[in-house]
Amino acid sequence: MHRSETYTGTGECPASKPADSIGLDSPPGGLSEDQGFRISHLQVLDEFGQVDEQWEPDLSSEDLTRLYRAMVLARAVDDRMLKLQRQGRIGTFPLSVGQEAAACGPALAMTAKDWFVGSFRELGGRLMRGEPIENLLLYYNGYEEGNGFPGGDRMLPISVIIGAQTLHAVGIAHAMKLRGENDSAVVCFLGDGATSQGDFHEAMNFASVWQAPVVFICMNNQWAISVPREKQTHSRTLAQKAIAYDMPGVQVDGNDALATYSATKEALDRARAGGGPTFIEAVTYRMMMHTTADDPSRYQPAEQLEVWKKRDPLPRFRDYLTAKGIWSDEREAELEAETKQRIEDAVKAFESRTDFRPDAPFDHVFGTTHLGVEEQRAEFLGNLRKESSDA
Amino acid sequence: MRRMNMVQAINLALDEEMGRDDRVIALGQDIGVNGGVFRVTDGLHTKYGEDRVIDTPLAESGILGTSIGMAIAGLRPVAEMQFSGFSYLMLGQLEGHAARFRGRTHGKFTVPLVVRMPYGGGVRALEHHSESHEATYAHIPGVKVVIPSTPSNARGLLIAAIRDPDPVVFMEPKCSYRAFREEVPEKEQGFEIGKAQVVKGGDDLTVITWGAMMRPTLRAIEEIQQHRKVSIELIDLLTISPMDGDTIAASVAKTGRCVVVQEAPKSFGPASEIIATINDKVLMHLEAPVRRVTGYDTTMPYFGRENDFMPNADRIRRAIEDTVDF
Repeated sequence: MHRSETYTGTGECPASKPADSIGLDSPPGGLSEDQGFRISHLQVLDEFGQVDEQWEPDLSSEDLTRLYRAMVLARAVDDRMLKLQRQGRIGTFPLSVGQEAAACGPALAMTAKDWFVGSFRELGGRLMRGEPIENLLLYYNGYEEGNGFPGGDRMLPISVIIGAQTLHAVGIAHAMKLRGENDSAVVCFLGDGATSQGDFHEAMNFASVWQAPVVFICMNNQWAISVPREKQTHSRTLAQKAIAYDMPGVQVDGNDALATYSATKEALDRARAGGGPTFIEAVTYRMMMHTTADDPSRYQPAEQLEVWKKRDPLPRFRDYLTAKGIWSDEREAELEAETKQRIEDAVKAFESRTDFRPDAPFDHVFGTTHLGVEEQRAEFLGNLRKESSDA
Repeated sequence: MRRMNMVQAINLALDEEMGRDDRVIALGQDIGVNGGVFRVTDGLHTKYGEDRVIDTPLAESGILGTSIGMAIAGLRPVAEMQFSGFSYLMLGQLEGHAARFRGRTHGKFTVPLVVRMPYGGGVRALEHHSESHEATYAHIPGVKVVIPSTPSNARGLLIAAIRDPDPVVFMEPKCSYRAFREEVPEKEQGFEIGKAQVVKGGDDLTVITWGAMMRPTLRAIEEIQQHRKVSIELIDLLTISPMDGDTIAASVAKTGRCVVVQEAPKSFGPASEIIATINDKVLMHLEAPVRRVTGYDTTMPYFGRENDFMPNADRIRRAIEDTVDF
């Protein structure tokens, strides 16, 4: 059973897996009807790459390949950035490893007119929406220029403050509705920790009251830095939080790119047709540290990670493409070389950038010119000159 | 020319801007059918409909957070916080997001919105309904803080705030809402955010104030001038941040004496910033220490005691005379 209509109790695992096989504590509960609600769980592609044809989305070879390439690129960028960070060539950054399917599936379901409002663990989605790797590197090396790239006009920069972006997403979605842009909706990512924030609940409520065209995708990666999902909420699923707001809430296997694509596509179609918001819980796992400043060995059970490594979203998708005859070892080798080159080009471009004006922050305090700002700019530049002449 | 009070003048400005620009929308608690608890948005719901005059759920952070999204997506939201005392629930959205989008995207995304809120004491209200915490907002880079004092400048400044490319906190002195009427011209007057106004010219002393404190200050000046010959320049700050240091400096350079009147608690407020600005720019012109007449560093007391805590004409008069006589 791949589209389960009965909630299985753990909130952390795909419905088709008994909880003891995934290394989590919660027993498979099974929610009976007399407990009042059901949360459906969608899995199309299991961890062995077996597809459930009943739910297989109708995607072209080009789209499937695009999805896979994006996930591979995201994994490789994370890998390269981790090395750069360890070498002191960029600053602290959060990794998205393990969550590629939860970001890229939804991004594939979006059109150019849809808005992408992210948290900070949707690297593959950002790359698919056109964010240059060079800009990511700039951002994580401490330059606002990273957020200012041309294009990507319907993608907000990452939100470091947990959950705050959910309200921005609802505002954008409501603006789309008020402006009569019926072909535009918003996809808003958040994490399991964000569901504890007041802003999240305000956003769910505003979205519901306004019937705003927004799709919330909650990446339940089981951890908010060191705090596990069961300490975050007593709710048995995150998806059930949608029930209180009378909006559709579904759980999907977040490591299954076909499931995340299909659920998002369905929700976006409904949103654009005036059907209001949807909440999707993408059950996944944070396979690496929270950020490069974090040490998960202090809190994360090693055996849990081992279990989730078997659910890695990439190999199962590769197996699926191979079985469909649209992927091969040769293509994999080509992609690997191409990805490596693309990243190296971006690193080179990033490291050769010299066009940073130190006083650029003064350009963007306000959209209008004010004497006080200009006086401080002059003072700042004067201090820099003194420091360099002292050196 | 129409004679109107500040509530009517703010309503007029909202009406004018909503009529002129269909990107302008108003949102907040009870602002629609009810016309706002102070009736500032009276009639707008009927005129512009519920899509443009939105009764929101009761959630301040939600109101500002969604306004940020709407502003990014091309609307010009004018959000109302029912009382400034409830506005701290949206401080995270204001500081963390509204104020930063421009800078953190180097101008790619901007947040042209207005947050209106009644502030200040003097209306015998419940607790949390009488505070004057403009400094909290003025301390955030990227946010503009505007406080009108009369119907005319409220109308002109609100229009300027709605057209401004940045987030503007527009604090309305609620005890001035219906306190008096004045002529408001048919044609809008140009008010520029970031500019203080010299309301009365003078040579002997400068008084700087804003918002609800303009009225007791005017009374104090009048009382002084009834019994002694002293030429007082009065500056209405109008914009708290970014502060118009040049107008302050030019005046104090001329008079050499200055009193600042601030309703808010004494420490860390705009009065301190004004004195620091005088120190930076025109210290050597001073002939007397700059005096502050302010509230006190206590929680705003309930209304049984508020009149004793708020600056009044008598305290202002004494501060002015002490400074003149120094």
